[in-house]
Amino acid sequence: MNSGKVKREIPGTTVFDGEQARKGYALNKMCFSFNSAENRAEFLRDQEAYCAKFGLSAQQREAVRSLNVLKMIEAGGNAYYLAKLGGIFGLDMQDIGAQQTGMSKDEFKAKLVEAGRK
Amino acid sequence: MASIVGAVNVTHVPYIGRAIANKLQQDPYWKPFFDGFPPVRDWLAKASPDVAVVIYNDHGLNFFLDKQPTFAVGAAPEYRNADEGWGIPTLPPYRGDPDLSWHLIESLVGEEFDLVTCQEMVVDHAFTLPLELLWPDRHPCPVRTVPVCINTVQHPLPTAARCFKLGQAIGRAVESWDADARVVVIGTGGLSHQLDGQRAGFINKKFDLLFLEKLIADPLWVTRYSILDLVELTGTQGVELLNWLAARGALLGEVQKVHANYHIPISNTASGLLAMEGI
Repeated sequence: MNSGKVKREIPGTTVFDGEQARKGYALNKMCFSFNSAENRAEFLRDQEAYCAKFGLSAQQREAVRSLNVLKMIEAGGNAYYLAKLGGIFGLDMQDIGAQQTGMSKDEFKAKLVEAGRK
Repeated sequence: MASIVGAVNVTHVPYIGRAIANKLQQDPYWKPFFDGFPPVRDWLAKASPDVAVVIYNDHGLNFFLDKQPTFAVGAAPEYRNADEGWGIPTLPPYRGDPDLSWHLIESLVGEEFDLVTCQEMVVDHAFTLPLELLWPDRHPCPVRTVPVCINTVQHPLPTAARCFKLGQAIGRAVESWDADARVVVIGTGGLSHQLDGQRAGFINKKFDLLFLEKLIADPLWVTRYSILDLVELTGTQGVELLNWLAARGALLGEVQKVHANYHIPISNTASGLLAMEGI
């Protein structure tokens, strides 16, 4: 995909734009389906089959398999949709934040508290 | 004619729903957040609005990326909350106000806002939690509601200036509504936070505090920033401040602060609360 534009770089940040939305459509659509408890259960019964049903790319399937949020974003995942997938595995936003920043959960929480002191 | 009693802007972090369900309001982590609300509830009790226009963003409950409207207005007799997938308790339905919805739609389209109209609409935590915080344990919620949804999910997002103008148009629409009704405008989300990427956990207290101040006296200040500027300054989800800006726009004259609260962190978010009224 080539949007024909030079994109502005914001460090550590992927803006969910048209390019990401196109790339991530199948992954985000699968995550959208997790609004239903029945679908969450079906995913847990057979993750590979469920990913295949939504037509996830190999890159997306690998990112889901490893539950690696940065890889999911690279594959077009949107934070709000990925949170629904994280929820299936009991991951909250501090777990997801810690994973993406390479910190322990306690370190990540301390960083947030510190932001309030500045 | 209807009148606007004021506006309340408030954070909508999903985990607030769990804290309410588990009655953690006085827990040391949550107390600085929940303690911000009593003065605003007292003000609301005196202002006694009949209807709330709630300006928020959907997070993949009512809208999926197959159809992502920039601006959408609810026009349903009732709005249901539903399972969002992460185990936050579902709240009881909210009453709509289809008369005000259609008046808003007529008026906003007349002012060249090309809306999506929704006669069926489920509402997520960004709509329900602010109402739950402002009117706790009141089921059904004592105000009728009109949801106004701004896309803050998939770029390009509407500019800050456009969102402010939407708010102004909402204000004019309410004031021209031939009904004996008192209306409060609620903007939800923010303040600075970023959930995704290596910069997850980004918070910008300095910017937030300035924004809280400017929103009262000089709301156009924030329109100097592009959406990508705002992403850089406030985080990928901090751009939800667009909802706050629209709510401020609906107060057409000068305003004063009723009450404000700001606390870091709630989950990954700098939480904010700001109630305003016309002078």
